[in-house]
Amino acid sequence: MPAYSYDPQPFVRPPELDGGRTGAPVAIVGAGPVGLAMAIDLALQGVRSVVLDDNNVVSVGSRAICWAKRTLEIFDRLGVGERMLAKGVTWKVGRLFHGETEVYSFDLLPEDGHKYPAFINLQQYYVEQYLLDRAKEFPDLIDLRFLSKVTGHHAREDGVTLTVETPEGAYDLRADWLLACDGANSATRRRMGLAFAGQTFEEQFLIADIEMAESPFAQGQPERWFWFDPSFHPGKSALLHMQPDDIYRIDLQLDPGADAKAEATEEKVIPRIRAIVGDRPFRLDWLSVYRFRCIRLDRFVQGRVIFVGDSAHVVSPFGARGGNGGIQDADNLGWKLAAVVKGAAGPALIASYDEERGHGAAENILNSARSTNFMTPKTPVEALFRHETLRLAHDHPFARRLINSGRLSLPCSLAGLSLQTPGEGRVGEPMVDAPVGEGWLLPLLHGAFTLVGFGDIALPDLGLRRVGIGQSARDYPTYDDRTGHALQRYGTGLAYLVRPDGHAAAVFRGRVDPQALDAALSRAMGRDCERAMA
Amino acid sequence: MSAQQMGLGARGDEFYEALMAAHDGLSEAESHALNARLVLLLANRIGDVDALKDLLVVARSCG
Ligand SMILES: Cc1cc2nc3c(=O)[nH]c(=O)nc-3n(C[C@H](O)[C@H](O)[C@H](O)COP(=O)(O)OP(=O)(O)OC[C@H]3O[C@@H](n4cnc5c(N)ncnc54)[C@H](O)[C@@H]3O)c2cc1C
Repeated sequence: MPAYSYDPQPFVRPPELDGGRTGAPVAIVGAGPVGLAMAIDLALQGVRSVVLDDNNVVSVGSRAICWAKRTLEIFDRLGVGERMLAKGVTWKVGRLFHGETEVYSFDLLPEDGHKYPAFINLQQYYVEQYLLDRAKEFPDLIDLRFLSKVTGHHAREDGVTLTVETPEGAYDLRADWLLACDGANSATRRRMGLAFAGQTFEEQFLIADIEMAESPFAQGQPERWFWFDPSFHPGKSALLHMQPDDIYRIDLQLDPGADAKAEATEEKVIPRIRAIVGDRPFRLDWLSVYRFRCIRLDRFVQGRVIFVGDSAHVVSPFGARGGNGGIQDADNLGWKLAAVVKGAAGPALIASYDEERGHGAAENILNSARSTNFMTPKTPVEALFRHETLRLAHDHPFARRLINSGRLSLPCSLAGLSLQTPGEGRVGEPMVDAPVGEGWLLPLLHGAFTLVGFGDIALPDLGLRRVGIGQSARDYPTYDDRTGHALQRYGTGLAYLVRPDGHAAAVFRGRVDPQALDAALSRAMGRDCERAMA
Repeated sequence: MSAQQMGLGARGDEFYEALMAAHDGLSEAESHALNARLVLLLANRIGDVDALKDLLVVARSCG
C-alpha cells in the first residue's frame, strides 16, 4: 500500500559466525533514528560501533513526521540536515477550529537569520533512509548488521556480552558499552526487569496517511489544522498535516472503547476522510490505530547499559516530542561517550547524560501529558471546562492560550545542572543560530568544545577552538556579523564556552579569565563530579 | 485584570492541570460545589467589585 519504496538491506555474514573477531567499543541495539544518529555521532568522533537491527528496512507505517529546529540543527551536525530540509515540507501556519469556526491561527514565522525553520514535516522512513545513507559513509567505523536480533545480554563491570541471532546462526558479541536504542518495547529493558512507569491514555487514535494531489489548504500553502468537536467527528478531535510526496496525515480521536480492528477499515475510514477533504480524489497510504502513553525509565544509565530514545521514554505524539527528544538524547550522549571511550573523561560524564536527559524527558512528558489530557477529558467536569475554554476562546485571547492541541517540541535548558557553570544569559541553552561570515554560526561550533566571543572581548589561547564574531582580526578565526543578528541575539563583550553538542556551558563578560575558563571546561567534562565521587 | 489580558502568562497549562487535579475523584455535584466555592474565593481575592461585575457580564454573554 505505501507509496514509499522500501529497499531491503542485505544480511552480511559477520566474522563472529566463523570464529572471527568479536568486540567493539560500542554495540548499538536498534537502527531506528536514534540508534543511527548515535552511530554517526560516535563515528564523527572516531569511535567505532556495531549496529544491530532485527529488521532490514527503514520505518514502516505512520510514525514521526514533525522535526523541530533543534533536531534539524543536530542533523546538520551529523551531515544530513540539508537533505532533510530539501525534502521536507516547511510549514508555519497552524489553525485551530472549534466545530466549524476557526478560533485562531498562529504563525511560527521563523524570524530571519536562522539556517533551519521552526519545523519541517518529513516521514520517518525518509529520516531513517538519510541517516542510513550517511552511516554507510563510515564503513570503517560503523558496522551495520541487519537481520540481527539481540536476544540476550550479560553485563559485567567493564562491558557487556550480547547474544545475536541471525538467519545463519547465533553468536556472541563483546562490547565495552551497550546502547539500548531498541525502541518503546525495548527487549533490553524488559530483560533487565526495569520499571517503565507513567500514564497510559484510554482513548485511541486513528492515524491515516493519504496521498492526494490537490491541496486542501488555501493557495496550497502547507498548514496544520486542528479541530475540536468538528461536525464531521462530533465530540472528538481531528488533525490534518501535510508531508512530502503529496501525503497528508490525518489523526482522528476515537472512543476509549472503540473496536480498533473495525475502525481501521476502509468502509469506516473513507467517509470520515471525505468529510475532511471533500471530493478531492485520494488514495489510502497507511492506516493504524494507536493508544498513547507518557512513560519513562527512572534511570537511563545502568552500569554499562545506556538507554537512549524510546527505550528510555515514550510520549504521546501531540507536540512531536518523541523522535525529537530521542535525537536530543543521542546528541547529548555522543560526545560524552566518545570522551569516555578515548579515556579523556570518567563515568561522571556518563552520569550527567542521565541527569540532563532525565530532565529533558521530564519536560517532554509533562507537556505531552498535559496536551493529551486536554484532548481527552476523562470526566464530565473536565469536558465542561474544555468546552467552555473553547467557547471563551472565540472572543478572548487569554483562553486561546489555554487550548492545548500540542505544545511543539522546544529544546530544554540545562541551566542549573552539574556540568554548567552558573552565569547570566544563555548558559545551559543550546546556542542560537545567526548568519556570520559566508555561512552560519552553529556549524562553527559543531562537535568540539569551542570558545566563541561576540564583539568586544578577547579570547585567550588555552588550546581550545576559538571563534570570534563581529571582531577585528585576531590570532584566531573571526567572522563578520553579516546581518547584525548575532550581536543583536548575543550582545557585545560576551564569550561563551560551548559544548560539542552546542549547549552553552559557561559565559564570560568583558574578559575571559584563563583560570575561570579552565575551571568551567573541567566542570563541563565532569571532572568536578569525578572529584566529588572519589 | 480584564478578560482581554494574559494574566496567566506562560503558566496557563500548569494552572489548567492543577484545576483538573482539584476536581479529580469528585462527583458532578461535588465538582459543582467546588466551582462555586472557587468563584467566591477568586472574587474575594480580586476584590474589585466593578471589575467582577464586568466579568460576570462577559461570562454570561459568551455563548
Ligand atoms: C503515530 C506516531 C506519530 C509520531 N509522530 C512523531 C513526530 O511527529 N515527531 C517525533 O519526533 N516523534 C514522533 N513519534 C515518535 C517517534 O516515532 C519515536 O519517538 C521514534 O521512532 C523513536 O526512535 P527510536 O530509534 O528510539 O526507536 P524505534 O524507531 O522504535 O527504533 C527501534 C529499532 O530497534 C529495533 N529493535 C528492537 N528490538 C530489537 C532487538 N531485540 N534486536 C535488534 N534490533 C531491535 C527495531 O527493529 C527498530 O528498528 C510518533 C510516533 C507515533 C507512533
